[in-house]
This record gives sequence, structure tokens and C-alpha cells, in this order.
Amino acid sequence: MKRSLLAAALVTFGGATWAETPTLTVYTYDSFVSDWGPGPAVEAAFEETCGCDLVFVGAGDGAALLSRLKLEGARTKADVVLGLDTSLIANAKATGMFAPHNGIPANLDLPIKWEDDVFLPYDWGYFAFVYDKTLLSDAPDSFAELLESDVSILIQDPRSSTPGLGLLLWVKEIYGDNAAEAWATLSPRIVTVTKGWSEAYGMFLEGEADMVLSYTTSPAYHLIAEDDDTKAAAIFEEGHYMQIEVAAKIAATEHGQLADAFLDFMLSDAFQSIIPTTNWMYPAVLPADGLPDGFVTENEPEKALLIPIDKVETIRKEALNEWLSALSR
Amino acid sequence: MAIRPKQITTFTRWSGLAALLFVALLVAGPLLALWARADTSATLTGSDWAAIKFTLFQATLSAIISVVLAIPVARALARRSFRGRGALVTLLGAPFLLPVIVAIFGLLAIWGRSGLVSQILLSFGLERLNIYGLSGVLLAHVFFNLPLVTRLILQGWGRIPVEHFRLSAQLGMSPKDVFLRLELPMLRSILPGAFLLVFLLCVTSFAVALTLGGGPKATTIELAIYQALRFEFALGKAATLGLIQFAICAIIAFWSLRVTVPVAFGDGLSAVTQRWDVSSRWLLWQDRLVLIAVTGFLGAPLVAVVVRGLPALTNLPPAIWPAMLNSLTVALFSAALSVLLALALAGFIDSLKVRHQKMSSIVEGVGLLTLAASPFVLGTGLFIIIHPIADPFALALPVTALVNAAISLPLALRALLPALQHNRLTYGRLADSLNIRGWSRFRLTTWPAIRKPLGFSTGLAAALSMGDLGVITLFAPPDVETLPLVMYRLMGAYRMDEAASVALILVTLTLTLFWIFDRGGRLGHQT
Repeated sequence: MKRSLLAAALVTFGGATWAETPTLTVYTYDSFVSDWGPGPAVEAAFEETCGCDLVFVGAGDGAALLSRLKLEGARTKADVVLGLDTSLIANAKATGMFAPHNGIPANLDLPIKWEDDVFLPYDWGYFAFVYDKTLLSDAPDSFAELLESDVSILIQDPRSSTPGLGLLLWVKEIYGDNAAEAWATLSPRIVTVTKGWSEAYGMFLEGEADMVLSYTTSPAYHLIAEDDDTKAAAIFEEGHYMQIEVAAKIAATEHGQLADAFLDFMLSDAFQSIIPTTNWMYPAVLPADGLPDGFVTENEPEKALLIPIDKVETIRKEALNEWLSALSR
Repeated sequence: MAIRPKQITTFTRWSGLAALLFVALLVAGPLLALWARADTSATLTGSDWAAIKFTLFQATLSAIISVVLAIPVARALARRSFRGRGALVTLLGAPFLLPVIVAIFGLLAIWGRSGLVSQILLSFGLERLNIYGLSGVLLAHVFFNLPLVTRLILQGWGRIPVEHFRLSAQLGMSPKDVFLRLELPMLRSILPGAFLLVFLLCVTSFAVALTLGGGPKATTIELAIYQALRFEFALGKAATLGLIQFAICAIIAFWSLRVTVPVAFGDGLSAVTQRWDVSSRWLLWQDRLVLIAVTGFLGAPLVAVVVRGLPALTNLPPAIWPAMLNSLTVALFSAALSVLLALALAGFIDSLKVRHQKMSSIVEGVGLLTLAASPFVLGTGLFIIIHPIADPFALALPVTALVNAAISLPLALRALLPALQHNRLTYGRLADSLNIRGWSRFRLTTWPAIRKPLGFSTGLAAALSMGDLGVITLFAPPDVETLPLVMYRLMGAYRMDEAASVALILVTLTLTLFWIFDRGGRLGHQT
């Protein structure tokens, strides 16, 4: 609190001395800033009211974003970091580079209770296997069924991709000590493991496998943007692992007040209503107008799975070793 | 012998040393920077060793297969002239220049589980093809590198003077004798270097190995480095792995440079290699078959890339125009830099060969090693070095051009060195005895000899830089995009059709750029 007061004082002082528009630098992942992501619309909306220049800097994906920040250390230009997810939070907090937020708003629409004092969520999604309804008539209804089926799947490498890591934690959360066995059973069904989401999803669209690891919201893209209703996400009885995307303020920022204003804006209607059809995730706070048509299907996951933030790192290491040995056989 | 071998001129020495120093710094600096910043000591796990083993295994196998298959292709191209030969030689540049992900999709369109071959098999009631695994990795690496090796060998064939073939015909030598007396010595001077080049290119393979290798069994050192840098922020481990990668490559490099046997054929007068020993019907059909097979193998995935990219071509985002300009600028700068570096180094190495054979091999080895540098280590290391002194964003394009130049340097070196050496052995003494030195020596003897490889390597460097994504991602400021970056961003936003169109534009531009330089080098000649 003291820190943000100091930062606020600095901003006021700075504003008085140099009357030029302050620049708020937000580090995020690459697809957020692209012309097709939320970046451009968010920038325009925030700049309408903030009296500032909002600059997004894209740095790979979530994991790359965090290592970029570590590389830059105290010298970073970032005022806010947006785009880490729940599996990276513990790691990010350990850097000591982030400052606590000013409180969690009461109106968050997440399937779980949000309690972190540094990071605030801005959107979320469920990992799921996506398939083409016209090509795969009876998609599995549970992970157990997937293990027994002969459905071919494409997945991403947990060592290089966020969804890949999500699947790793998903399997671990369902199967616990038996995760290695589950992977061994699944192994013959895995067509291949790709470096990132784009490769796997692209290969799925070209027909290389029956299903691909993606999000429950992926079919909404095809329906809304392409008018194509053939894609669906297989909903599993055991529940779906969640990805919650978060943002936080850099402790050493010179624009503390502006950064706080941005985090407030992030959970406002103006920002949240941009998210569904640009980032293709669920907004953290439902916009007043609700979600766009076609975004929610009648078949939604009933159970949300998430490993507590402080346990992710240990479990990740263990699960990764199991994964490696099961698939390297 | 009254004539003393040419002395190393001051210019050759200093420019060579400067280039060497630059390359050594660029390679070693980032490693040191990573170590300096590392807070934990590096421990390699069992899976790291597995990755090292797999890397060695697949790179060796890929290199052997590419080189062995390239020999009949180059031979067929060398001894036949037919309509479309020029186009085929240009096509040989294409696979190598494809951005990795474009190539993967092109290959899958033919060899994938829903690819052309699988469709044909299914229609005959057979099983789908499943290439994922070692076969997929090799398929892709041969697709990339077979054409490159073919071009390198083809240049060797071009340097055997036509007079030698005429003489051997007059002496009634059989094709086998011609092979043993003329072609084998030429191959011995080219193949070890070509093997080395493919080996180095395959060592740093990451996305291809993983995606087509079917899973973590196909983990390369490069993936382990990526993981160490990105998820674990283990800078020390990344540097150690990077060093191991260097060590492996250095051993292979020095070994292959040692077994290289230079040849001197002297020089002929005629440009068109007319052959008298290959008129038999059997040989003709053999060559035809080889050429048809290779055209199909290389051409089909390319056609797939074109077909896939056509539909969304009219639907492209305006962002591609500035991106195109950025890509072109970087490509031209890095090509110029790469060729200047290569010329300086090649001249230096060649002049050392006369009296300091060992020294020359070491310098050559260092020049080739940039190919073994992990782009991730290079990028991260440079970022650590630059960040405290300057704004990395402001330097995005220059740094990208620089790194790309360093990475394509070995290719230029590989193409230029044999030509320079051949030229020295052929004209060196004559020029010495006539006391032709400096600029006139370069203009009169060196330039005609290196024109072709120079054009080829400038084209290669420019094109490689066009398709590269490596370093720019770490340095790129928000508003600077290159074409590959636009392509990836489109893919990341579900827009696969538009991404395929950008890929098509990228490939077309890249090939055109390559063709212009390569053609420029060959003007007035026939290769």
C-alpha cells in the first residue's frame, strides 16, 4: 500500500513537472496484441479515458512473457504484465517484481473463488479436446472413455506450450498417482506432439487426427467468425482443467496510479466485452449484454479442475517426468 | 620450384581476422552472458542426455541419406541438358528456403495421415500412411537438405573442365572409369563439407523433429534449451546445453574438414559440359527416372503449399505490406553482411591453406560453427548483453539482420571456399608469376571463379533471412512485424487460411529473391 502511495505521488509529481502524456507499457503475449486479438480495441477504449498512451508489447506466449520479464529484471519497461496464467503465478510471484492489487472485485464470474492478492483474472477457459462432428460421430464423454477408445489425438508439448502444460496438469489432477499409466494407455492414440497450439490446431484442421487439445470455446470461433457449426468440444465427466489468465502491476512502475486504473478498466464492461470474440475465452466478469450468440453451447463442463497455485510447480515437475517416461517408451 | 607461393596480403589478413573475431564474439558472447547471469549451476538430467543422443543420431542419419541421395541427382543434372533444367535447378533452392512450419504443412499434405499418399492407399483398401517417428524426421530433413547438397555437388561437377571429359572419351574410358578418375576425386572434395553442413543444419532442428518425430522420443538439444530458457529460466543449463551442441558440432566439423581432399583440375574453356560417356540408353533412363522422382518428391509439397495458400489470397490483412518491407530490408542487409563476412573469411582461410594447413582448418571450423549456435541462446544472450546499454526494441531489425547473417555465413563459406581454392590451384601460380595483385587479381582471376557461388550464397542468405523467425521475437517492438511473424500471429488467431496465404506470399518472395541473386551469378554461364 505504501508503495502504491509512493508511486501515486511520483505520478502526480511527474505529471506536474513534465506535462507530456504518460505512457503505460503493458507486456502481454503475442496473440493479444495482434490485429486479430483484443489489443487494438482495448488500447482504443482505455486511451479514451486515461489521458495516456497505452503501449502493448507482445512477447511470445505466457511462459515466454515471464522469462522475458526475468531477463529484464529491475530494468524492465513494463508497468503492467497481462497474460500469465494460473500455472505461472507462483513462479512470477517469486520474482518479487509484482505489487499487490487494490482488492478483488465482488462481481467476478469464475467457476472458482479467486483469492490471489497480486494477480487479477481477466479471462478464463477450459481445456478440451475439439473434434469435427461430421467426421467423428461418437466422441468420448469422459477421459476414461478416451483412454479406451481408438480416437486419434494431437497434443502440445508441456515443455513448450501452455495448453500442453494444461493437459499435463489435467491428467495429473484426474489420475493422481496413476497418471503415468494413463499416459501410457493414451500414448498409442497420440498422433504427434507439437511445439505450440497453432501447429496442432492447424494439423487438426487439415485432418491429421480426430481430436486436438484446445479450449471449450474453440468451436465458438468457427461458428461466429466462419459460420461453421461442425466443430465441437468433447465434454468429459471427470471435469475440465481450467486456464485462468491474469494480470498484475509491476512494483517498480513509475505509473502506479495509471497501472491501477488499467487493472480497474480490465475488469470493466468496456474491456470484458471485447474478450469473447477476440481472445476466444470467457470474460472474467460477464458483460452487461451477456455473451455473444453461439459462445455458450448447451453442453458445458460441469466440473472445473484447478491445482492450487502454490502447488503447481512441484506437481508440474513430477508430472512432466511421468509424461516423459511414459511417452518415450 | 622457383616460384614462391603467394604471400598473404595485409588486406586479406586483416579483413579475415576482423571477420573471424566478429564471428567468434557473436558465438561465444551470448554463452558467456548466459553463464554470467545464471544463478544456479547446471545439472543435466537423464532426459537431457537422451536428447543429446537423439540429436546426434538423427542429424547423422539425415546427413548421410541427404548426401547419398544427392549424388545421383546432381550427376543426372550435370550430364543432361533438357528443357526446364534451369527451372529445376531453381526449384532445388525452394525446399531449403521454406519456413519450417510451412514445410511441415506442405509435407503433411502429401505424406500425412490425410495426405495424398494416404488417400491413394485408402482408395486401394490399404492402411493410411503413418510417418510420425524417425521416418518423419528423416523425410523432412532430406526434403530440406537433399536439394542443398545437390546444388553444392552440381557446382563441383561444373568445375570439372569439359576438356577432361573429351579426353576421357577419346581414350575410350567407360562411365565407370570416368567416375573413378574425374568424378570421385571431385566428390571427395565436396562431400565431407556437404555432410557437415547438413549435419549442422539438422542438429539445431526443433519443431520439425518434435512434430514429425511423434513425441518426446524425438526431443533434440534445441528443445531442451528452449525449455530451459522459457519454462525454467535455467540460464546456466541453457548455456551448458548450447556448449555441448557446439562441442558435438566442432568434433564433426574438424573431422569432416580433415577428410576433405582438395582437387585441382585446371580450368577448361567451354562453359557447356558436353559429355561423351553417357549416351547409353540405360544411363539415359536412369537419369530420367532420378530426375522425375526428385521433381515429384520436392515439387509435390511445394504445389500443396501453393494450392493451400490460394483461396484466402484476396483476403489478406493490410499488416502484410509493412511486414513485407521489413522482411525485405532485413533480408538484403543480412545477405550483404553474410557475403562480406564469408568473402573475408574464405579469402583468409584459403591463403592460410598454403602454409598453415592446420590453422586454416581451425578458422574454417569456427566459421562454420555459427550454424551450430542455438538461435534461442543467441537471442537471449544478445538480449542480456544489449539490454543494459541500449533499447533492444530500437535494435530489433539490425540485430535480426546480424544474427541471420552469422547463421547463413557457413553456407556461403561452403559454397565459396571450394571455388576460391580451385581458383588458387588453377591460376594462383600464373597470377603470381605475372605479378598480378590486389584489385586486378581479384577482378581478373577471383571474380570470374566466385561469381556463381557468390550469387548462390547471396540468394541463400537473403532467402533464409526472409523466412526466419528466431531472434526477432525477442527483440521485436510492438509495431515491427516481419512476414513470418504475421503468419504465426494469424495461425495463433485461428486464421489458418489467411496464414496459408501469407505463407504463399512469403515463399514466393523468398524464392524470387533467391532466384534474382542466383540467376545474377549464373548470367552468361550455364550451370
